[in-house]
Amino acid sequence: MKACRKAFTETLLELAREDKDIVAVTTDARGSVTLGDFANELPEQFVECGIAEQNAVGISAGLAMSGKKPYVCGPACFYVARSLEQVKVDVAYNRTNVKILGVSGGVAYGALGATHHSLHDIAALHTFPGMNIVLPCDARQTSRLVRMLVDRPEPVYIRVGRADVPDVYENDDFNFEFGKANMLLDGSDLTIIATGETVYHAYHAALRLREQGISARVLDMAFVKPLDTEAILKAARETGRIITVEEHSRFGGLGGAVVETISEHPVPVKIIGIPDEDVIHGTSKEIFAHYGMDADGIVRTALEFVKA
Amino acid sequence: MEGKALQLQSEINRKRLLELVFKAKAGHIGGDLSCLNVLTALYFNTLNINPSNPADPDRDRFILSKGHCVEALYVTLEARGYYGRELTDTLGEFGSVLSGHPTIDVPGIEVSSGALGHGLSVGVGMAIAAKMDGKAYKTYVLMGDGEQGEGSIYEAAMSANQYHLDNLVAIIDRNHLQISGNTEDVMAIDSITERWTAFGWDVRSIDGDDVNAIAKALKEIDFTNGRPHLLISESTKGKGVSFMENVAKWHHGVPNEEQYVTAIGEIECRINELN
Repeated sequence: MKACRKAFTETLLELAREDKDIVAVTTDARGSVTLGDFANELPEQFVECGIAEQNAVGISAGLAMSGKKPYVCGPACFYVARSLEQVKVDVAYNRTNVKILGVSGGVAYGALGATHHSLHDIAALHTFPGMNIVLPCDARQTSRLVRMLVDRPEPVYIRVGRADVPDVYENDDFNFEFGKANMLLDGSDLTIIATGETVYHAYHAALRLREQGISARVLDMAFVKPLDTEAILKAARETGRIITVEEHSRFGGLGGAVVETISEHPVPVKIIGIPDEDVIHGTSKEIFAHYGMDADGIVRTALEFVKA
Repeated sequence: MEGKALQLQSEINRKRLLELVFKAKAGHIGGDLSCLNVLTALYFNTLNINPSNPADPDRDRFILSKGHCVEALYVTLEARGYYGRELTDTLGEFGSVLSGHPTIDVPGIEVSSGALGHGLSVGVGMAIAAKMDGKAYKTYVLMGDGEQGEGSIYEAAMSANQYHLDNLVAIIDRNHLQISGNTEDVMAIDSITERWTAFGWDVRSIDGDDVNAIAKALKEIDFTNGRPHLLISESTKGKGVSFMENVAKWHHGVPNEEQYVTAIGEIECRINELN
């Protein structure tokens, strides 16, 4: 159990000690990002911008254009809304080596409400040429991701949550390749494709379905862009049904991308996520349960789907 | 380059600009003309650059934040030897490398821009990087006066002061006109000096219609005073073509054949005087 944001900043600090070009940029969010240790230990590699996301993203682009490796970190809800044009122009269009870490993504802020939710980030960023989008599912994968990305000089948006999350991967020996899905369980009746912190729920739903005689394949789709279309097409072909799970609007996210991928070889798809409504007020856990995004909800959807 | 030679270079660039906009049938000619002196001063007097090594890590950086005036930058880079006129002449052609706003695909252009209010933040990032690396290069950002309506500029202004970026120079092309009319009628900014001074900047007003005055002001900047620098370049929209001067409709617009001949005649007349 560990928060992905913590795994991210600990690994980043480790790498930054050896590489003075790594720079952390933030917007009065060193606490919520967990960048306090980084700021204290490497103040000369730390840029505080105050509450000004547009400026922080623009500054990060300028740093990258000058040979630095900036990681601009703060709440996902602000970086992919307030500073969206800077992400589009200064980061994606300029093909800069800027990594954007959106913390407390999705509904992680729970009852703080819609201003603090980011249920549109995949939909928005997906359409920017050159932009990569990754949602790691646990602390180990996050740490591997930070090490993988440091040598890739291209724009990447990384979205993580806020709370401690249970381990999906119990040791560091797991498949993790840029732009590739990882099959957690094989199965033949349906495939559950999940991204980010919903992967844990998808995996546990599949284990429970197995007890009921339903064989579900589970794909950890950490990379929403580039998307592993091959794994999706194979899943469609071999299992005939797909459920997607994401902490995002049901529109324009992972589910949409999967449907686009299989549009020429269609199979039935159920998209689990947040509907087009103001999100009900509650904790992140309550919200997951309400919209059927936890293991119970995924099992319910799968049973109806298979019986239909 | 300075004095008469710099003046002559500015007029040569102006003539080429008119040719380019007339040929491409597009461009933001009014603002191109008001900032052309600044670009000429920078590229022919101030900037430490080498067109044969555009990626030199020690080069000075220039960002055209008012990206819509890219035609003026295209002709300046051509004149400075970043590329030949055969590339510039593709402006307006389908599939050309040259867009109506700057892109990094063009030799010599540092930043793809065009959405207003972005350049200064990017410049702050470059200036911070120079300080971190102990490098002496300077970063210059040219903004428009209409652009001053963008709130992100003031975020950047605050941070430049916070980080004591005395290696950063912002220039505002103060031609007093934006697309809908006088800046003071659209959204007043005439407190510009007080405003930027209050943000902690080292502010100076200069005659933007005098290329040598611009070059001199750029040379006089004290890069050790711990403050970011702002030059307010008091200029004339449409400068150098009599019928375009101070006329808002020439924000963008393409001269017809007769207007083009008149404009070129005026510029050639000045070139002959300077030669």
